[in-house]
Amino acid sequence: MGAGHTHKLYRHGHSPVHALPPHTKLTAVFAFVVVVVSTPREAVWAFALYAALLGTVAYAARVPASFLLKRLLIEVPFVAFAVLMPFVAQGERVDVLGMSLSVNGLWGAWNVLAKGTLGVAASVLLAATTELRELLLGLQRLGLPPLLVQIASFMIRYGDVITDEMRRMRIARESRGFEARGVRHWGVLAKSAGALFIRSYERGERVHLAMISRGYAGSMPVIDEVTASRAQWSYALTLPCAALVVCLLGWAL
Amino acid sequence: MHVPDGFINAPVSAAAGVVAAGAVAVSLRGARRELDERTAPLAGLVAAFIFAVQMLNFPVAAGTSGHLLGGALAAILVGPYTGVLCVSVVLLMQGILFADGGLTALGVNITVMAVVTTVVAYAVFRGLVKVLPKKRPSITVSAFAAAVLSVPAAAAAFTLVYAVGGTTDVPIGQVLTAMVGVHVLIGIGEATITALTVGAVIAVRPDLVYGARGLTAPLKLRVNGELVDAPAAEPEPAPVAARSPRKLLLAGLATSLVLAGFVSFYASASPDGLEKVAADKGIDAKAEDHATADSPLADYGVEGVTNARLSGGLAGVIGVGVTVVAGTGVFWAVRKRRTNETSPASTSDIPENV
Repeated sequence: MGAGHTHKLYRHGHSPVHALPPHTKLTAVFAFVVVVVSTPREAVWAFALYAALLGTVAYAARVPASFLLKRLLIEVPFVAFAVLMPFVAQGERVDVLGMSLSVNGLWGAWNVLAKGTLGVAASVLLAATTELRELLLGLQRLGLPPLLVQIASFMIRYGDVITDEMRRMRIARESRGFEARGVRHWGVLAKSAGALFIRSYERGERVHLAMISRGYAGSMPVIDEVTASRAQWSYALTLPCAALVVCLLGWAL
Repeated sequence: MHVPDGFINAPVSAAAGVVAAGAVAVSLRGARRELDERTAPLAGLVAAFIFAVQMLNFPVAAGTSGHLLGGALAAILVGPYTGVLCVSVVLLMQGILFADGGLTALGVNITVMAVVTTVVAYAVFRGLVKVLPKKRPSITVSAFAAAVLSVPAAAAAFTLVYAVGGTTDVPIGQVLTAMVGVHVLIGIGEATITALTVGAVIAVRPDLVYGARGLTAPLKLRVNGELVDAPAAEPEPAPVAARSPRKLLLAGLATSLVLAGFVSFYASASPDGLEKVAADKGIDAKAEDHATADSPLADYGVEGVTNARLSGGLAGVIGVGVTVVAGTGVFWAVRKRRTNETSPASTSDIPENV
């Protein structure tokens, strides 16, 4: 199981961004997103500067632009929603290409698109430069309750196992000639989901027994405590601090 | 339905984050009662199950398909607390790893999709199970009703959050109609799948369905041709403890937080219509700059940010903060006293029955 434990969102590398302790990166990304969300939407240039900042981080982390852009596609459903906004929002209207659009709606659409995209890009960069286990350690270091971290780590560890189990059930169904075509076949799929639940739950019980037999008493031992030096903190916090300067400028101008 | 960054303004996102954190804290304690020391592996595996089952596609008609959201299913299968916890963990991981749903919108996402869905579903489910005859089909029927109501409830909750902190003033009536309308349809699909899945689990392992506890008939043995009650060997699964005053306190705290946050925003939003007229007529074109220059945290997307709204919003944030601090103080005091009372019993928790 050694090889399968890096998720496909992670890009292995040895850049300075990869080397940063996870909790500094988490803090930096969160602070950056908060700053972006707090920026007035009228300051269009500020968002260009934010994008440039993220571009610099991506360059420092040696994450190729194509990788980043491909992962940005997750946003598409909300782009559709944003496109609708100018048509339904209230307020004064302008005519663009023969369509009557709401000014407020246009600003709203821009607001969601710009901030949403920057947020997604920041998260993608975080996931691309930080290993799963490190992320969980970082979350624990930042004060997330240990039980929650344990639950999350079990979810991550067994997510692939359960998904694979589901895939095998699908192959089993298909090899017996089943093909789900409509609502009539929901019963079969739901039975698969039920079986999947029972298997997951029973696996959970087995995992628990295995843990007990290895001396689990309610908390996981922390083997590799992550620490960050002052230099690493300041390096990581460069991004949100630069963003904060831009944001303050955006409010002032 | 994952809300991205920038969709809801910063103060309301922060308030929702506080609500979500409180709900997760309550469910962490509740889940320990539902699953005892097995919480970590079992809740983790159930979260993985929800994560996987969300990828299972249910074809609707030519080309289109839907998938399960899982809040109602989790509540019925593993109990409300574990359900909230599992869906929250799934949302957290989706936000951090897959960038699905913004980081600042995490509070909104957890409040709407994990807390509201699960709590509404479980409340409806419990209510119906109590009323209906104690048979297996009534569990399926209750599961259907619970899921069919939980999805539009989440949509309505989202609309409420949007009404308070949305960054574009789309008419709220339209948003509500569109959101609830679409989600009633989604809810019917969700309910069908949930009911079928619960039915499938109950047929095989009725003991695993949390919502169907108390339905198991007592075990009978056939001794010399007649049915005899089996000796009560199997210990009852630990019942969820009765409502403690602390739970009440926490619920009250959460409610007051919501009220403090939201009511203050409403109060500050009401003069906005007036001010907006002023803004449209260009009266306060200058006031805008001054009013907003000194507050980087207030992201009001509404056109014409004015003094009244700004100060109201800030007051809301400060109010929420003060309430949190005060509430935490009370919480800690109560907890400290309680742990002092109960410490001898609860210190050595190493299970002996393994």
